[in-house]
Amino acid sequence: MCGAKAGGPDLAGVDVASETIIQGSVTRDGEPVSGYVRLLDGGGEFTAEVPTSATGQFRFFAAPGTWTLRALVPGATVDRTVVAQQGAAAEVAIAV
Amino acid sequence: MSRSDVLVDAEWVEAHIDDPKVVIVEVDEDTSAYDKNHIRNAVRIDWKQDLQDPVRRDFVDQAGFEALLSAKGIGNDDTVVLYGGNNNWFASYAYWYFKLYGHEDVKLLDGGRKKWELDSRDLVAAVPERAATGYQAKAQNPDIRAFRDDVVNAIGSLNLVDVRSPDEFSGKLLAPAHLPQEQSQRPGHVPTARNIPWSKSANDDGTFKSDDELKELYEGEGVDLSKDTIAYCRIGERSAHTWFVLHELLGQPNVKNYDGSWTEYGSLVGVPIELGAN
Repeated sequence: MCGAKAGGPDLAGVDVASETIIQGSVTRDGEPVSGYVRLLDGGGEFTAEVPTSATGQFRFFAAPGTWTLRALVPGATVDRTVVAQQGAAAEVAIAV
Repeated sequence: MSRSDVLVDAEWVEAHIDDPKVVIVEVDEDTSAYDKNHIRNAVRIDWKQDLQDPVRRDFVDQAGFEALLSAKGIGNDDTVVLYGGNNNWFASYAYWYFKLYGHEDVKLLDGGRKKWELDSRDLVAAVPERAATGYQAKAQNPDIRAFRDDVVNAIGSLNLVDVRSPDEFSGKLLAPAHLPQEQSQRPGHVPTARNIPWSKSANDDGTFKSDDELKELYEGEGVDLSKDTIAYCRIGERSAHTWFVLHELLGQPNVKNYDGSWTEYGSLVGVPIELGAN
Protein backbone atom coordinates (compact mmCIF):
# COMPACT_ATOMS: atom_id res chain seq x y z
CA MET A 1 0.00 0.00 0.00
CA CYS A 2 1.38 3.39 -0.93
CA GLY A 3 1.28 6.22 1.58
CA ALA A 4 -1.58 8.68 1.96
CA LYS A 5 -1.82 11.52 -0.54
CA ALA A 6 -2.27 14.98 0.85
CA GLY A 7 -5.79 16.32 0.41
CA GLY A 8 -8.75 14.81 -1.40
CA PRO A 9 -8.98 13.11 -4.79
CA ASP A 10 -7.78 14.79 -7.99
CA LEU A 11 -10.30 17.37 -9.24
CA ALA A 12 -9.49 16.84 -12.94
CA GLY A 13 -12.75 16.48 -14.85
CA VAL A 14 -14.89 17.87 -12.01
CA ASP A 15 -16.94 21.01 -12.66
CA VAL A 16 -15.61 22.78 -9.57
CA ALA A 17 -17.18 26.15 -10.42
CA SER A 18 -20.74 24.82 -10.22
CA GLU A 19 -20.27 22.34 -7.35
CA THR A 20 -19.74 22.75 -3.61
CA ILE A 21 -17.10 20.16 -2.86
CA ILE A 22 -15.96 18.75 0.46
CA GLN A 23 -13.11 16.27 0.24
CA GLY A 24 -10.04 15.03 2.04
CA SER A 25 -8.39 11.97 3.46
CA VAL A 26 -8.49 9.72 6.51
CA THR A 27 -5.20 8.58 7.99
CA ARG A 28 -3.83 6.79 11.02
CA ASP A 29 -0.17 7.53 11.81
CA GLY A 30 0.15 9.06 8.34
CA GLU A 31 -1.08 5.94 6.55
CA PRO A 32 -4.43 5.78 4.71
CA VAL A 33 -7.25 4.00 6.55
CA SER A 34 -9.90 1.88 4.97
CA GLY A 35 -13.28 2.97 6.31
CA TYR A 36 -16.23 5.25 5.71
CA VAL A 37 -16.94 8.97 5.89
CA ARG A 38 -20.43 10.32 6.59
CA LEU A 39 -21.61 13.84 5.82
CA LEU A 40 -24.04 15.28 8.37
CA ASP A 41 -25.98 18.48 7.76
CA GLY A 42 -26.27 21.52 10.06
CA GLY A 43 -28.91 19.68 12.09
CA GLY A 44 -26.70 16.61 12.49
CA GLU A 45 -28.81 14.61 10.02
CA PHE A 46 -27.18 12.07 7.71
CA THR A 47 -26.75 13.41 4.19
CA ALA A 48 -24.35 10.99 2.51
CA GLU A 49 -21.68 8.39 3.15
CA VAL A 50 -18.78 7.10 1.08
CA PRO A 51 -16.12 4.44 1.57
CA THR A 52 -12.58 5.81 1.58
CA SER A 53 -10.46 5.02 -1.47
CA ALA A 54 -7.33 2.85 -1.37
CA THR A 55 -5.43 6.05 -0.60
CA GLY A 56 -7.82 7.01 2.22
CA GLN A 57 -9.55 9.75 0.22
CA PHE A 58 -13.19 10.83 0.02
CA ARG A 59 -15.34 13.48 -1.72
CA PHE A 60 -18.82 14.93 -1.35
CA PHE A 61 -20.87 17.28 -3.54
CA ALA A 62 -22.75 19.37 -1.01
CA ALA A 63 -24.28 22.82 -0.76
CA PRO A 64 -22.81 25.98 0.81
CA GLY A 65 -22.91 25.92 4.61
CA THR A 66 -21.56 24.20 7.69
CA TRP A 67 -21.32 20.42 7.70
CA THR A 68 -19.92 17.69 9.91
CA LEU A 69 -17.74 14.89 8.59
CA ARG A 70 -17.78 11.65 10.59
CA ALA A 71 -15.06 9.10 9.87
CA LEU A 72 -16.02 5.52 10.76
CA VAL A 73 -13.07 3.13 10.80
CA PRO A 74 -12.47 -0.13 12.66
CA GLY A 75 -12.27 0.82 16.32
CA ALA A 76 -12.74 4.59 15.98
CA THR A 77 -15.21 7.36 15.11
CA VAL A 78 -13.96 10.92 14.55
CA ASP A 79 -16.00 14.07 13.78
CA ARG A 80 -14.75 17.21 11.98
CA THR A 81 -16.68 20.41 11.19
CA VAL A 82 -16.23 21.99 7.78
CA VAL A 83 -17.56 25.10 6.04
CA ALA A 84 -18.20 24.58 2.33
CA GLN A 85 -18.67 27.11 -0.45
CA GLN A 86 -19.52 26.85 -4.10
CA GLY A 87 -16.66 27.00 -6.56
CA ALA A 88 -13.95 25.72 -4.23
CA ALA A 89 -13.08 22.39 -2.70
CA ALA A 90 -13.00 22.42 1.10
CA GLU A 91 -10.12 20.08 2.04
CA VAL A 92 -10.28 18.20 5.33
CA ALA A 93 -7.54 15.93 6.66
CA ILE A 94 -8.90 13.54 9.29
CA ALA A 95 -6.44 11.72 11.53
CA VAL A 96 -7.95 8.87 13.55
CA MET B 1 -43.11 -12.98 9.84
CA SER B 2 -40.52 -11.99 12.38
CA ARG B 3 -37.26 -10.07 12.20
CA SER B 4 -35.21 -13.29 12.22
CA ASP B 5 -37.00 -14.47 9.04
CA VAL B 6 -35.75 -11.50 7.02
CA LEU B 7 -32.60 -10.31 8.76
CA VAL B 8 -29.46 -12.25 9.69
CA ASP B 9 -26.25 -11.23 11.41
CA ALA B 10 -22.64 -11.95 10.56
CA GLU B 11 -22.47 -15.01 12.83
CA TRP B 12 -25.39 -16.55 10.94
CA VAL B 13 -23.69 -15.89 7.62
CA GLU B 14 -20.38 -17.35 8.81
CA ALA B 15 -22.19 -20.47 10.05
CA HIS B 16 -23.92 -20.93 6.67
CA ILE B 17 -21.15 -19.79 4.35
CA ASP B 18 -20.57 -23.29 2.95
CA ASP B 19 -24.23 -24.34 2.91
CA PRO B 20 -25.04 -25.10 -0.75
CA LYS B 21 -28.68 -24.08 -0.21
CA VAL B 22 -27.67 -20.61 0.99
CA VAL B 23 -26.60 -18.15 -1.70
CA ILE B 24 -24.85 -15.02 -0.49
CA VAL B 25 -25.25 -12.15 -2.95
CA GLU B 26 -23.44 -8.80 -2.94
CA VAL B 27 -25.23 -5.82 -4.52
CA ASP B 28 -23.48 -2.45 -4.42
CA GLU B 29 -23.99 1.02 -5.80
CA ASP B 30 -20.29 0.88 -6.65
CA THR B 31 -20.54 -2.23 -8.81
CA SER B 32 -16.74 -2.68 -8.77
CA ALA B 33 -16.56 -3.16 -4.98
CA TYR B 34 -17.09 -6.91 -5.43
CA ASP B 35 -14.01 -7.13 -7.68
CA LYS B 36 -11.80 -5.88 -4.87
CA ASN B 37 -13.13 -8.38 -2.34
CA HIS B 38 -16.34 -9.85 -0.94
CA ILE B 39 -17.64 -12.36 1.58
CA ARG B 40 -16.38 -15.82 0.70
CA ASN B 41 -18.74 -17.72 -1.62
CA ALA B 42 -20.74 -14.57 -2.40
CA VAL B 43 -21.86 -14.00 -5.98
CA ARG B 44 -22.47 -10.54 -7.43
CA ILE B 45 -25.59 -8.98 -8.87
CA ASP B 46 -24.92 -5.72 -10.69
CA TRP B 47 -27.92 -3.47 -10.03
CA LYS B 48 -27.36 -1.53 -13.28
CA GLN B 49 -26.36 -4.24 -15.70
CA ASP B 50 -28.37 -7.16 -14.33
CA LEU B 51 -31.53 -5.56 -12.94
CA GLN B 52 -32.37 -2.78 -15.44
CA ASP B 53 -33.75 -3.16 -18.94
CA PRO B 54 -30.94 -2.09 -21.29
CA VAL B 55 -33.21 0.19 -23.35
CA ARG B 56 -36.39 1.24 -21.53
CA ARG B 57 -36.40 2.73 -18.05
CA ASP B 58 -37.78 -0.34 -16.32
CA PHE B 59 -36.77 -3.60 -14.72
CA VAL B 60 -35.77 -6.72 -16.60
CA ASP B 61 -38.90 -8.74 -17.35
CA GLN B 62 -39.86 -12.05 -15.78
CA ALA B 63 -37.93 -14.08 -18.36
CA GLY B 64 -34.91 -11.83 -17.86
CA PHE B 65 -35.01 -12.31 -14.10
CA GLU B 66 -35.29 -16.08 -14.59
CA ALA B 67 -32.26 -16.05 -16.89
CA LEU B 68 -30.27 -13.93 -14.42
CA LEU B 69 -30.95 -16.11 -11.39
CA SER B 70 -30.42 -19.30 -13.38
CA ALA B 71 -27.01 -18.06 -14.54
CA LYS B 72 -26.06 -17.03 -11.00
CA GLY B 73 -26.85 -20.54 -9.78
CA ILE B 74 -29.77 -19.52 -7.60
CA GLY B 75 -32.58 -22.06 -7.27
CA ASN B 76 -36.20 -21.39 -6.34
CA ASP B 77 -35.80 -23.13 -2.98
CA ASP B 78 -32.46 -21.51 -2.08
CA THR B 79 -32.11 -19.08 0.80
CA VAL B 80 -30.75 -15.83 -0.65
CA VAL B 81 -28.80 -13.55 1.70
CA LEU B 82 -28.22 -10.07 0.29
CA TYR B 83 -25.67 -7.56 1.48
CA GLY B 84 -23.93 -4.50 0.11
CA GLY B 85 -22.36 -1.15 0.75
CA ASN B 86 -24.12 2.16 1.48
CA ASN B 87 -25.87 0.69 4.51
CA ASN B 88 -27.55 -1.96 2.35
CA TRP B 89 -29.37 0.53 0.07
CA PHE B 90 -28.89 -1.53 -3.07
CA ALA B 91 -29.12 -4.83 -1.21
CA SER B 92 -32.53 -3.65 0.06
CA TYR B 93 -33.44 -2.69 -3.49
CA ALA B 94 -32.47 -6.20 -4.66
CA TYR B 95 -34.43 -7.70 -1.73
CA TRP B 96 -37.54 -5.81 -2.82
CA TYR B 97 -36.87 -6.84 -6.43
CA PHE B 98 -36.56 -10.54 -5.45
CA LYS B 99 -39.89 -10.21 -3.62
CA LEU B 100 -41.42 -8.45 -6.63
CA TYR B 101 -40.68 -11.60 -8.66
CA GLY B 102 -41.87 -13.88 -5.87
CA HIS B 103 -38.68 -15.40 -4.42
CA GLU B 104 -39.74 -17.01 -1.13
CA ASP B 105 -36.71 -17.02 1.12
CA VAL B 106 -34.68 -13.79 1.03
CA LYS B 107 -32.80 -12.21 3.89
CA LEU B 108 -30.60 -9.17 4.44
CA LEU B 109 -27.29 -9.24 6.29
CA ASP B 110 -27.80 -6.61 9.01
CA GLY B 111 -25.28 -3.81 8.59
CA GLY B 112 -24.19 -5.06 5.18
CA ARG B 113 -20.69 -4.74 3.90
CA LYS B 114 -19.83 -1.78 6.13
CA LYS B 115 -20.42 -3.53 9.44
CA TRP B 116 -18.63 -6.62 8.13
CA GLU B 117 -15.61 -4.43 7.29
CA LEU B 118 -15.73 -2.39 10.49
CA ASP B 119 -15.74 -5.67 12.43
CA SER B 120 -12.62 -6.69 10.43
CA ARG B 121 -14.20 -9.92 9.17
CA ASP B 122 -12.66 -11.90 6.29
CA LEU B 123 -13.15 -10.81 2.70
CA VAL B 124 -11.74 -12.69 -0.29
CA ALA B 125 -11.18 -12.05 -4.01
CA ALA B 126 -11.95 -15.59 -5.23
CA VAL B 127 -15.16 -15.83 -7.26
CA PRO B 128 -17.23 -18.95 -6.45
CA GLU B 129 -18.58 -21.25 -9.12
CA ARG B 130 -22.21 -22.28 -8.88
CA ALA B 131 -23.92 -24.64 -11.30
CA ALA B 132 -26.63 -22.99 -13.39
CA THR B 133 -30.25 -23.61 -12.38
CA GLY B 134 -33.62 -23.46 -14.14
CA TYR B 135 -35.10 -20.64 -12.09
CA GLN B 136 -38.84 -19.98 -12.40
CA ALA B 137 -39.97 -16.47 -11.41
CA LYS B 138 -43.53 -15.39 -10.67
CA ALA B 139 -45.27 -12.47 -12.37
CA GLN B 140 -44.43 -9.11 -10.76
CA ASN B 141 -46.37 -8.53 -7.55
CA PRO B 142 -48.22 -5.22 -8.11
CA ASP B 143 -48.92 -4.87 -4.38
CA ILE B 144 -45.41 -3.65 -3.55
CA ARG B 145 -44.55 -1.38 -6.50
CA ALA B 146 -45.98 2.12 -7.02
CA PHE B 147 -46.09 4.05 -10.28
CA ARG B 148 -46.30 7.80 -10.85
CA ASP B 149 -50.12 7.90 -11.05
CA ASP B 150 -50.33 6.08 -7.72
CA VAL B 151 -48.19 8.83 -6.22
CA VAL B 152 -50.21 11.69 -7.69
CA ASN B 153 -53.43 10.03 -6.46
CA ALA B 154 -51.94 9.55 -3.00
CA ILE B 155 -51.38 13.28 -2.44
CA GLY B 156 -53.43 14.31 0.57
CA SER B 157 -54.93 10.86 1.09
CA LEU B 158 -52.33 8.14 1.65
CA ASN B 159 -49.01 8.20 3.51
CA LEU B 160 -46.22 9.48 1.30
CA VAL B 161 -42.83 9.00 2.89
CA ASP B 162 -39.90 10.80 1.31
CA VAL B 163 -36.78 9.08 2.66
CA ARG B 164 -34.15 11.38 1.16
CA SER B 165 -31.98 13.64 3.27
CA PRO B 166 -33.61 16.85 4.58
CA ASP B 167 -31.64 18.97 2.09
CA GLU B 168 -32.88 16.91 -0.86
CA PHE B 169 -36.45 17.06 0.49
CA SER B 170 -36.37 20.84 0.91
CA GLY B 171 -34.88 21.37 -2.54
CA LYS B 172 -31.40 22.48 -1.45
CA LEU B 173 -29.74 19.39 -2.98
CA LEU B 174 -30.85 17.39 -6.04
CA ALA B 175 -28.97 14.18 -5.33
CA PRO B 176 -27.28 12.41 -2.43
CA ALA B 177 -24.17 14.40 -1.61
CA HIS B 178 -21.70 11.78 -2.83
CA LEU B 179 -22.91 12.48 -6.38
CA PRO B 180 -22.54 15.57 -8.60
CA GLN B 181 -25.58 17.83 -8.23
CA GLU B 182 -26.24 18.68 -11.87
CA GLN B 183 -29.64 17.12 -12.70
CA SER B 184 -32.42 17.84 -15.15
CA GLN B 185 -35.36 17.55 -12.79
CA ARG B 186 -36.87 20.17 -10.48
CA PRO B 187 -35.93 20.14 -6.80
CA GLY B 188 -38.47 19.64 -4.01
CA HIS B 189 -40.89 16.95 -2.90
CA VAL B 190 -44.38 15.56 -3.45
CA PRO B 191 -46.95 17.71 -1.57
CA THR B 192 -48.10 16.14 1.72
CA ALA B 193 -45.09 13.79 1.85
CA ARG B 194 -43.41 13.46 5.23
CA ASN B 195 -39.62 13.60 5.21
CA ILE B 196 -38.38 10.65 7.23
CA PRO B 197 -34.82 10.01 6.03
CA TRP B 198 -33.92 6.32 5.67
CA SER B 199 -30.93 7.03 7.94
CA LYS B 200 -33.21 7.52 10.95
CA SER B 201 -34.07 3.82 10.73
CA ALA B 202 -30.45 2.69 10.94
CA ASN B 203 -27.56 2.96 13.37
CA ASP B 204 -24.18 4.41 12.36
CA ASP B 205 -22.88 0.90 11.63
CA GLY B 206 -25.72 0.32 9.17
CA THR B 207 -27.74 -2.11 11.32
CA PHE B 208 -31.47 -1.55 11.64
CA LYS B 209 -32.88 -0.02 14.81
CA SER B 210 -35.16 -2.10 17.03
CA ASP B 211 -38.80 -2.67 16.09
CA ASP B 212 -39.95 -0.45 18.97
CA GLU B 213 -37.64 2.39 17.89
CA LEU B 214 -38.81 2.04 14.29
CA LYS B 215 -42.49 2.09 15.18
CA GLU B 216 -41.95 5.14 17.34
CA LEU B 217 -40.05 6.86 14.52
CA TYR B 218 -42.84 6.60 11.94
CA GLU B 219 -45.71 7.23 14.34
CA GLY B 220 -43.82 10.15 15.88
CA GLU B 221 -43.51 11.69 12.41
CA GLY B 222 -47.26 11.49 11.90
CA VAL B 223 -47.45 8.39 9.69
CA ASP B 224 -50.76 6.62 10.29
CA LEU B 225 -49.59 3.02 9.89
CA SER B 226 -53.16 1.81 9.37
CA LYS B 227 -53.21 3.64 6.01
CA ASP B 228 -51.53 2.61 2.77
CA THR B 229 -48.01 3.98 2.38
CA ILE B 230 -45.83 4.84 -0.61
CA ALA B 231 -42.11 5.38 -0.02
CA TYR B 232 -39.87 7.16 -2.49
CA CYS B 233 -36.37 8.66 -2.75
CA ARG B 234 -34.34 9.61 -5.84
CA ILE B 235 -34.14 6.32 -7.78
CA GLY B 236 -35.89 3.88 -5.45
CA GLU B 237 -33.01 2.24 -3.60
CA ARG B 238 -33.13 4.17 -0.31
CA SER B 239 -36.92 3.87 -0.34
CA ALA B 240 -36.50 0.10 -0.78
CA HIS B 241 -34.61 0.27 2.53
CA THR B 242 -37.62 2.00 4.13
CA TRP B 243 -40.00 -0.41 2.37
CA PHE B 244 -38.01 -3.22 4.04
CA VAL B 245 -38.42 -1.51 7.43
CA LEU B 246 -42.16 -0.93 7.09
CA HIS B 247 -43.20 -4.06 5.21
CA GLU B 248 -40.73 -6.70 6.38
CA LEU B 249 -39.63 -5.61 9.86
CA LEU B 250 -42.81 -3.88 11.07
CA GLY B 251 -45.13 -6.14 9.05
CA GLN B 252 -47.22 -3.34 7.54
CA PRO B 253 -49.21 -4.95 4.72
CA ASN B 254 -49.89 -2.01 2.41
CA VAL B 255 -46.53 -0.47 1.61
CA LYS B 256 -45.27 0.21 -1.89
CA ASN B 257 -41.93 1.41 -3.18
CA TYR B 258 -42.04 4.03 -5.94
CA ASP B 259 -38.88 3.20 -7.88
CA GLY B 260 -39.44 5.98 -10.42
CA SER B 261 -38.95 8.27 -7.42
CA TRP B 262 -37.73 11.84 -7.66
CA THR B 263 -35.86 11.40 -10.96
CA GLU B 264 -39.24 10.62 -12.54
CA TYR B 265 -41.58 12.78 -10.45
CA GLY B 266 -39.32 15.83 -10.57
CA SER B 267 -39.30 15.61 -14.38
CA LEU B 268 -43.07 15.28 -14.90
CA VAL B 269 -44.86 18.16 -16.56
CA GLY B 270 -47.72 19.67 -14.59
CA VAL B 271 -47.57 17.76 -11.31
CA PRO B 272 -47.56 19.69 -8.01
CA ILE B 273 -44.25 20.16 -6.20
CA GLU B 274 -43.58 21.63 -2.79
CA LEU B 275 -40.36 23.21 -1.53
CA GLY B 276 -39.12 23.61 2.02
CA ALA B 277 -38.66 21.46 5.10
CA ASN B 278 -41.24 19.22 6.83
